[in-house]
Amino acid sequence: MTVSTLPPLAAYVLALGDDALILAQRLGEWVSYAPQMEEDIALANIGLDLLGQARTLLSYAGAVEGGGRDEDDLAYLRDDRDFRNVQLVEIPNGDFAVTMARQLIFSAYQYELYTALLDSADPTLAGLAGKAVKEVDYHRDHATQWVLRLGDGTDLSHARMQAGLDQVWPYADELFDPASPLPGVAADPATLRPAWERYVTSVLSEATCDKPEPRWRSRGGRDGLHTEHLGHLLAEMQHLHRSHPGASW
Amino acid sequence: MVTAQAALLAAARAVPDPEIPVLTLGDLGVIRDVRVADDGAVEVDITPTYTGCPATAVIADDVRDALGRAGADQVRVQIVLSPPWTTDWMSEAGRAKLRDFGIAPPRPTTGHIPLTFSVRCPHCGSIDTREISHFGSTPCKSLWTCRSCAEPFDSFKAI
Repeated sequence: MTVSTLPPLAAYVLALGDDALILAQRLGEWVSYAPQMEEDIALANIGLDLLGQARTLLSYAGAVEGGGRDEDDLAYLRDDRDFRNVQLVEIPNGDFAVTMARQLIFSAYQYELYTALLDSADPTLAGLAGKAVKEVDYHRDHATQWVLRLGDGTDLSHARMQAGLDQVWPYADELFDPASPLPGVAADPATLRPAWERYVTSVLSEATCDKPEPRWRSRGGRDGLHTEHLGHLLAEMQHLHRSHPGASW
Repeated sequence: MVTAQAALLAAARAVPDPEIPVLTLGDLGVIRDVRVADDGAVEVDITPTYTGCPATAVIADDVRDALGRAGADQVRVQIVLSPPWTTDWMSEAGRAKLRDFGIAPPRPTTGHIPLTFSVRCPHCGSIDTREISHFGSTPCKSLWTCRSCAEPFDSFKAI
């Protein structure tokens, strides 16, 4: 089944699951490369939480779709055009400041998303949200502490934090683009924006960083239009499963 | 039947946690329900501590084995996310065992997480400690160090 023919609920759930899955994969790339060992562990932990959320979401998307695809089929056997994640999560990690800027944007968004989904009429989404919002609270605080420390640190750390923010900010708008309306079930992305704006604006101000005003913005991830980076990421993520179908250990 | 069910519940709760083996699953509070279905199969509801906790699959296998040894022919394990697990479900006995094991037990939660709260060192009992990282060796723990005895220690995150 192609992206455009998915039932709206399956498409919505798949989009949230793909965001979590792709960012989990990106964060895993930091393991053994982070500036401190504690950050290797922290970023792996955050990635693991996201992977757990992705497993629940992809399993559910497969069940709603009703075509017999499970979480592994969806994670490992789709090509890039069938992924519905925003481009924010697929772009390369950059330096640590770029990653922290993205973590701030995404965890603050997910915090509002899961808070809204606590009231979803869909028991699977509400159940996941109740669990995940506690995890994301930690992710958001982690990103916040680093943005404050780097932004309000030395001249060099400030400059690099600001550069990181400038680099990823054009990808933020996509998170709030309209989705197919599923009243009472899905969270309308636009309604998440005011609280997100308040949170990130206050962090940036405390971090003495300027809120970027990008001249362009990314589009199309939710429709399967991606940057060239997603294909490379998928090649690494999917290689083992595709070369050795059904492999387990 | 009631006694059989109680025995099965006790067997499931007695299984040690694969990552922190001083705790049983009962101490941890992750066994939510054990019941006998109409077809005679034993159904177990397990709630994960974190959605991505890699121990969840091992826990499910261990519970299947334990119930098999307790006489269940067929066991169905269901992972339930709601209501979400909270460290408030951890037993007092579990908290004491954690402390003895060198892991600071979680404090009670009150909604939002007050991250600035200090944690008592499980080695020397001092509260002059500091958090090194929100994230530790497993998803459920954070990394701390004690200024009094200079020992590092894990703290169970209150969620």
